[in-house]
Amino acid sequence: MIAAVFIMTLLGLGMGGLLGLAARYLRVESNPLHEEILQLLPGVNCGQCGYPGCGGAAEALAAGKAAVTLCPPGGPPLAQTLAAKLGVAVDGATGGPPLLASVDEATCIGCAHCGKRCPTDAIIGAPKQIHGVIQDACIGCGLCVDVCPTECLQLRPVATTLKTWHWPKPMLSFGV
Amino acid sequence: MTLFPTSAPHAHAPDSVPRLMALVLAAVAPALLYGVILFGWPALNLLMVTILACLLAEAACLRLAGQPLRPFLSDGSALLTGVLLAMSLPPWAPWWIGAVGGTFAIVVGKQVFGGIGQNLFNPAMLARVMLLVSFPVEMTLWLEPRPLFSSQAPGFLEGLAITFAGIPNIDAVSGATVLGRIRTELGLSRELGQILGHYQPGLAGIGWSGGSAGETSELLILLGGLWLLWRRVIGWHIPVALLVAVLILSGSLHLVDPRRFAGPEVHLLSGGLMLGAFFIATDPVTSPTTKLGQILFGAGCGALIYVIRTWGGYPEGVAFAVVLMNAATPLIDHYVRPRIYGRTWRGQSRPVPERSKRRTAESGDAE
Amino acid sequence: MKLFDFWGGVHPLGQKHLSAEQPIRELPMPARLYVPLQQHTGRAALPVVKAGDKVGKGQLLGREHGGVSASVHAPTSGTVVAVGEFTAPHASGLSLPTIMLDSDGEDRWVEREPPPDPFALEPEAVADRIGAAGVVGMGGANFPAALKLGKARQAKVHTLAVNGAECEPYMTCDDRLMRERAEPIVDGVRLMLHALQAPRAVIAVEDNKPEAAAQMRAACQHDRNIQVAVVPARYPAGSAKQLIQLLTGLETPSGGRGTDTGVLVHNVGTAYAVHRALRQAHPLISRIVTVTGGAVVRPQNLEAPIGALVDDLLAFCGGAPAAARLLMGGPMMGQPLPGTQVPIVKGTNGILALTAAETLTVEPSPCIRCGRCVEACPMGLMPLEMSKRARRDDLDGALAFGLIDCISCGSCAYACPSRIPLVQYFDYARGALEIRQRAEQKAKETRRLLDQRQARLAREERAKAEAAARRQAEKLAAKAKARAKTGAAA
Repeated sequence: MIAAVFIMTLLGLGMGGLLGLAARYLRVESNPLHEEILQLLPGVNCGQCGYPGCGGAAEALAAGKAAVTLCPPGGPPLAQTLAAKLGVAVDGATGGPPLLASVDEATCIGCAHCGKRCPTDAIIGAPKQIHGVIQDACIGCGLCVDVCPTECLQLRPVATTLKTWHWPKPMLSFGV
Repeated sequence: MTLFPTSAPHAHAPDSVPRLMALVLAAVAPALLYGVILFGWPALNLLMVTILACLLAEAACLRLAGQPLRPFLSDGSALLTGVLLAMSLPPWAPWWIGAVGGTFAIVVGKQVFGGIGQNLFNPAMLARVMLLVSFPVEMTLWLEPRPLFSSQAPGFLEGLAITFAGIPNIDAVSGATVLGRIRTELGLSRELGQILGHYQPGLAGIGWSGGSAGETSELLILLGGLWLLWRRVIGWHIPVALLVAVLILSGSLHLVDPRRFAGPEVHLLSGGLMLGAFFIATDPVTSPTTKLGQILFGAGCGALIYVIRTWGGYPEGVAFAVVLMNAATPLIDHYVRPRIYGRTWRGQSRPVPERSKRRTAESGDAE
Repeated sequence: MKLFDFWGGVHPLGQKHLSAEQPIRELPMPARLYVPLQQHTGRAALPVVKAGDKVGKGQLLGREHGGVSASVHAPTSGTVVAVGEFTAPHASGLSLPTIMLDSDGEDRWVEREPPPDPFALEPEAVADRIGAAGVVGMGGANFPAALKLGKARQAKVHTLAVNGAECEPYMTCDDRLMRERAEPIVDGVRLMLHALQAPRAVIAVEDNKPEAAAQMRAACQHDRNIQVAVVPARYPAGSAKQLIQLLTGLETPSGGRGTDTGVLVHNVGTAYAVHRALRQAHPLISRIVTVTGGAVVRPQNLEAPIGALVDDLLAFCGGAPAAARLLMGGPMMGQPLPGTQVPIVKGTNGILALTAAETLTVEPSPCIRCGRCVEACPMGLMPLEMSKRARRDDLDGALAFGLIDCISCGSCAYACPSRIPLVQYFDYARGALEIRQRAEQKAKETRRLLDQRQARLAREERAKAEAAARRQAEKLAAKAKARAKTGAAA
């Protein structure tokens, strides 16, 4: 009986010690997650997420402090990719339809401030001429809206066309 | 509720889940009725208690989960679980066996996994296994048939007393099933020829034998199962694979040593084999979805049943075999998949073989 | 002819008796027609008319534009009212660019040259004429027929499979077409064979249409290279992939085309349209439409002009007062319509107005893993697994189970006892996939634009710096020169 207790204690101490040593000397350094996340982000540094640039957002995401739905230009697909990378679940509200900027030509004064700010050069127009937004290049970061003095630039949801309409997911109240 | 615009298809096959359950209940009803008549009022009481326990447990779990009661209670699945469980219990078992079994079947066998369609194990068989392991005495108290309204049968009030208060004179009542007898007497080094001296397969087939309500009339169960096959409620793959596996194993071993290994007719006509083959192993939720998978599943069940009956610790192996194969079902489903049209077995795009293309081009002109 | 079999399939109630014995009747020309500029796969046609133009019957209204496109023509003579947007015959209720045409009642043809003998023309010229007539596949995908024929000829197909199967319940337009116009159809088949340079054709008819099969046999009895194959009636025998498997036992490779098997499938209606286009210079401006369903007062088969409103057809058939569901197409794959104020297009084989009793709508219940969907799937997929993953937005999981191979035939959802909307899960998943692909494209594009902008800014910086340096150098040189001058002067 004493022998059994003695042996078990010894075993416990021995194995615990081994585990401690392994934790110390066999530790695996985790990769800098925030580098990988930075690659996934658009790199526009528009600041809509509230963090200092995409670098700041990547750090916050890596630390688990930010939600994966933080980036409007990235939209739902980016949220899903980030969720997959971080191993978290994407919650239902992924923001809604993408927003794109467009110029209200009636109020554009041609000041050309917007074109300088656009990170993808999506705004065309010469000084004193009415400007326009190339929809395919616009990513909806909103930087142009911030600097427009007449507020002729607005972010509007993209209209669904027959080509972009899709069937919604059936909402059943239980598991399939 | 959900879908506007409503998606295609706008037509549906007439089968629905409640209808399928109703058909299965209809198919098992003759055997159930026969079992009740054979064993009298206590059997009926046990059936009622088990069914009630299942329904109450289902209602309680649904309420806890915040799910609506009506659609799930009325789809007939809890009722069917209760019926199948009651059919596998000793007919004169005390009421609490039925109650505990029914509750366990629904709560742990089904609702804990997420409700209908999500369970891993067949709820009735899981409950039976639990009862057998926990209450071996009550679960092995078999008796010879005492048909309703015959001289030996208890009257209605006596029946109530038996179910709710216990059997008054156990030793005078109890008898062994064929399988039970085989097991004990082989253990006592008797030979099968002697053990089965008075065994009449015809009688066993019709159902004049001891056992649970579900293991008496193999004939009625077989007829019910065939009717289900004809109505396309179940497929033939599981029952046939199961029965053929038992047939092959018992037949070959019986040829090798007829004194120690019972022949196929004994195996096929005793115990819950028929019930298991047509009503229990065919439970869609816990069996594989592909045809080949179902054949593997059925064969596995049959093999395990035979192995447990012959070499295992219990005389009857249907419940254990089914529960074990249920555990293998996800594995079977993972590996056994149909080949996709236009793809190879590995999933790559399958080019049209030049030879077949040429053959098709050349054929068909002379017509 | 030796027949093979296709996998899976279901046996929905045919319900063809409602309209199968109704001969084709011509719909009286409606007062106003709404001709969409996109009735086909690919890019919309570009309008060549404007409001106020007077057009003749058969006149070109929209020209094909871009790689995959088709033309549209005026179904009758009249005045173009407007070129704008109109509700599309689509579940979403969104709009399509449409030409609105007021009929002048004269039904006067535009000037046409008598067509040359098509068999004297080169196959490419034949295909061009078919394309100029705006013929598209009338059976399902509405792919421009000329392009399909051209590609198939290049792929050297050896068999033209003419699809007279019409496996969808309720639909009888192809049945009546085969019964009443078998000769023109077979002529169209001969013409297509010429355009394809293919040796033979097989006309497939389901065994629930014996009179149609007999008529087609009689029409092609003297053609050694055209035969009729009566196939067992089972849905979806009329699906191109399944028809090829039925007739030849070959499978279209996943991600490939039907022509990879050496077989090209075309609907009987397309063959008829080809005949009209090449023999009578009659572009595709009308088609046979089956108006049927328990809610329709007088179900029948109508020859309707493209652009007629569903309302016009229903009114002619006595209306559909108790309709619980209005569909374009059959019950298995039909599009729910947003209302009756939508036009008939080239691909409309039928209008189905179903009563509540016919739809049998039931609340879905959980999956019981019965496997009927796996049994029913003609493509060998596992719908229960795909839909589970679609529900969880696990697109890659759904892809692994073969999502892109799904033909949306609806057999799985038809067979499901729990009434789970499986096809909607797959449509949703494919939509999500498209969104993801578009987003990935956009992300790549964004990165490129960002880099481009950075490069441009860097270039401008450099240019500025160089200009500044140059100015600096010039200033120094000028100063040096000036000093040298004064120095020399001194």
